[in-house]
Amino acid sequence: MGKPRVATTSLAGCFGCHMSFLDIDERILDLIELVDFDRSPIDDIKHISQRCAIGLVEGGCCNEENVHVLYEFRENCDILISFGDCATMGGIPTLRNNIPLKECIDEAYRDGVTVYNPKNIVPQDPEIPLLLDKVYPCHEVVKIDYFLPGCPPSADCLWAALTALLTDKPVELPYELLKYD
Amino acid sequence: MSEMKAVVNNICKEFGNDRTRLMDIVRGVQEKLGYVPPEAFELIAEKAHTHRVEVESVVSFYAFLSDKKRGKMVIRLCDDIIDRFQGGEDVAKALSKELGIGFGETTEDGKVTLEKTACIGMSDQAPAMMVNDVMVTNLTVEKIPEIIAKLRETEDPQSLVTECGDSNNAHELVRAMVNNNIREGGPVILSNHRRGGGLRKALTQTPEEVIEDVKGAGLRGRGGAGFLTGFKWELTRKAAGTEKFVLCNADEGEPGTFKDRVLLTERPDLMLEGMTVAAYAIGAETGIIYLRAEYAYLRAFLEDVLNRRREDNLLGINILGNEGFNFDVRIQMGAGAYVCGEETSLIKSCEGTRGDPTDRTPFPVVAGYMVSPTAVNNVESYCCAARIMDMGAGWFSSIGTARSAGTKVLSVCGDCDRPGIYEVPFGTKLRDLLQRVGAEDVAAVQVGGPSGQMVGPAQFDQEISFEELATGGAIMIFSNQRDILEVVEAFMEFFVDESCGYCVPCRVGNVLLKSRIARVRNGEGSPDDLAYLHRLGESVKRMSRCGLGQTSPNPVLSTLKNFRPVYNALVRENTTGRLKSFHIMKAVEQASQIADRRSEVFHA
Ligand SMILES: Cc1cc2nc3c(=O)[nH]c(=O)nc-3n(C[C@H](O)[C@H](O)[C@H](O)COP(=O)(O)O)c2cc1C
Ligand code: SF4
Ligand code: SF4
Ligand code: FES
Repeated sequence: MGKPRVATTSLAGCFGCHMSFLDIDERILDLIELVDFDRSPIDDIKHISQRCAIGLVEGGCCNEENVHVLYEFRENCDILISFGDCATMGGIPTLRNNIPLKECIDEAYRDGVTVYNPKNIVPQDPEIPLLLDKVYPCHEVVKIDYFLPGCPPSADCLWAALTALLTDKPVELPYELLKYD
Repeated sequence: MSEMKAVVNNICKEFGNDRTRLMDIVRGVQEKLGYVPPEAFELIAEKAHTHRVEVESVVSFYAFLSDKKRGKMVIRLCDDIIDRFQGGEDVAKALSKELGIGFGETTEDGKVTLEKTACIGMSDQAPAMMVNDVMVTNLTVEKIPEIIAKLRETEDPQSLVTECGDSNNAHELVRAMVNNNIREGGPVILSNHRRGGGLRKALTQTPEEVIEDVKGAGLRGRGGAGFLTGFKWELTRKAAGTEKFVLCNADEGEPGTFKDRVLLTERPDLMLEGMTVAAYAIGAETGIIYLRAEYAYLRAFLEDVLNRRREDNLLGINILGNEGFNFDVRIQMGAGAYVCGEETSLIKSCEGTRGDPTDRTPFPVVAGYMVSPTAVNNVESYCCAARIMDMGAGWFSSIGTARSAGTKVLSVCGDCDRPGIYEVPFGTKLRDLLQRVGAEDVAAVQVGGPSGQMVGPAQFDQEISFEELATGGAIMIFSNQRDILEVVEAFMEFFVDESCGYCVPCRVGNVLLKSRIARVRNGEGSPDDLAYLHRLGESVKRMSRCGLGQTSPNPVLSTLKNFRPVYNALVRENTTGRLKSFHIMKAVEQASQIADRRSEVFHA
């Protein structure tokens, strides 16, 4: 039997959570002893190629492409983890949730003081995913199995959670790993 | 502007420019001007030696206070589920249609503002509304045009009262269309008794002996929590401090509870007698009745009772010739906040600030009103105490059960033939009560209001007592025709509205509970959602600071326990991992319109 596969993605996030993941430093060598990476910004594989044991999701869903990716992860991963405050709660991007979408778009592309847009158009190229009416945390779109809070969760926290899951141990994170003040 | 100045000056002066009377000051200003204009904040602050932000925070906290100009007459329609089930929604539509405005709006001529509010204590004559301080009960769609026409014509809400209710509701200082609906009296409170008998006997004893009697009688607080009243008085007496206070909780905010309304109408002397006994026992000279704003129609009547008692030397200096025993009582009006029934919040409100609850060490018995030892008790508790003094501790404890002595005054509403007031001995079986009130095909009973528990037929053989089914008075009956989860959602909405917002579990948790219930009701839930509701409910209970948050998940938790099949029938196992409650096409609809193109990803 091959090694279990892990996929990761960043949706409406800042990549800070992935950076924090890379902060496991040399432990990444231990990790690749344990797993093979599938789709992930780390290896630039664009789609999940086979069933994965674990999917790690950074960021919530702010546009249709995020939803599409999240559906792909949910379909192909046994365990799906929301990691970071953006994934678990929507985070900073949700600041727009109290402002009507049209106002957001007008301010960004039409009315903002530094905007130069003589044709007064809004982004409408089919290549550009449509925005959602608001930003959703992942668990409002698909079923999520585990949540790792933090902005970002520390490398130690991610490491502890991943190794526990991969070695079939209960995920018991000590208080220090989840305390942020 | 100068009118406003004069009004503010006068009112502040009337209350001694005292910042601890801020509630009365802003209420007074609103009474005169119809609202508290933001320009008045600074003035009030200056006069009352406080800060602008204090004034603003009081005005913004209470539902009945407003910093925006409103109509001469403010209609507040009860929006509780009891009223909704009795046609309240149609009445709401009729009001809106007749006035030509929506809820939250004011007519163009500035005459009428239309609002919704939580239970106004008229659940036995629902649907009901207030027009300023006037109660209008038993509403029907047919009555609305006439009511509005009359208001437009007379601009006097009192003109709606063409026929007064029974007994003291017809008193010249009340003149309300409210009915007592006393269906069954009991030996302790709603029976005949001698005025002043309890107080006279108490004054022949030492304060310590009085406290021993109240303890011996086994009296437990009637406001809901059931703390031993005698013990509370003892703690207050023993607490260090020269000045002590007796507070009467007449906030009665728990939806479905209206027994204090009737006690205030029919037994105000008994209640004051109990407060006076408490003052004697504790060593207090000042008492406050915290009267909910909804019961403002009883205020003049109660002031009159106070005056008569002063004349009869039942209040005032050297009461009944008892050298050195001085006690007087004032009424503190609330302003529409359920949380102010919580004792620490009530105290804050009496001190003239927002009704934010405080941490409960120190307890009010040690540091309450004005940081002095304070006993806060419910209206009915004081009534009981007076009767214990008169009839003896043994008499009282012989009624009821081992750990719940005496009777309980219940307010019964909802689907039954005879809603109203029932005084029953503790230990009465719920099934027995349901039969007496004429309730058939009962699916569920909410015992104790939203903060209590929802029970089903399997629990009907339990008894009303602190041991089994505890209640501050509310018994809300729901027939088989009703959607239990609609009730739960309405109750969660109530808590969302009434949370003071101080702590996250309550402020946020209740919103999440409500929206998850809505998901389940929509048929978009899975068994995971039920587990989530349970977990979150338990967290909110455990992590909240005051009793509001500690009980607010009860509608959810008690129905999960007692009505599991209702939930189970609504949820489906999620096989795809995609949530049914998320609708991608709806979520991209706006963007699709703005960009004037369809979704490339999801439009098939
Ligand atoms: C949110 C909340 C609302 C309350 N509302 C009332 C009320 O309207 N009337 C009342 O007597 N007690 C109410 N209580 C209970 C009071 O905090 C307090 O326990 C009671 O007034 C004590 O009096 P008792 O011992 O005579 O019952 C409420 C408690 C909470 C947490
Ligand atoms: S949780 Fe923080 S670090 Fe992670 S994506 Fe969001 S903003 Fe970035
Ligand atoms: S539990 Fe709710 S009402 Fe009580 S203090 Fe906290 S936020 Fe306020
Ligand atoms: S007055 Fe409407 S439920 Fe109490």
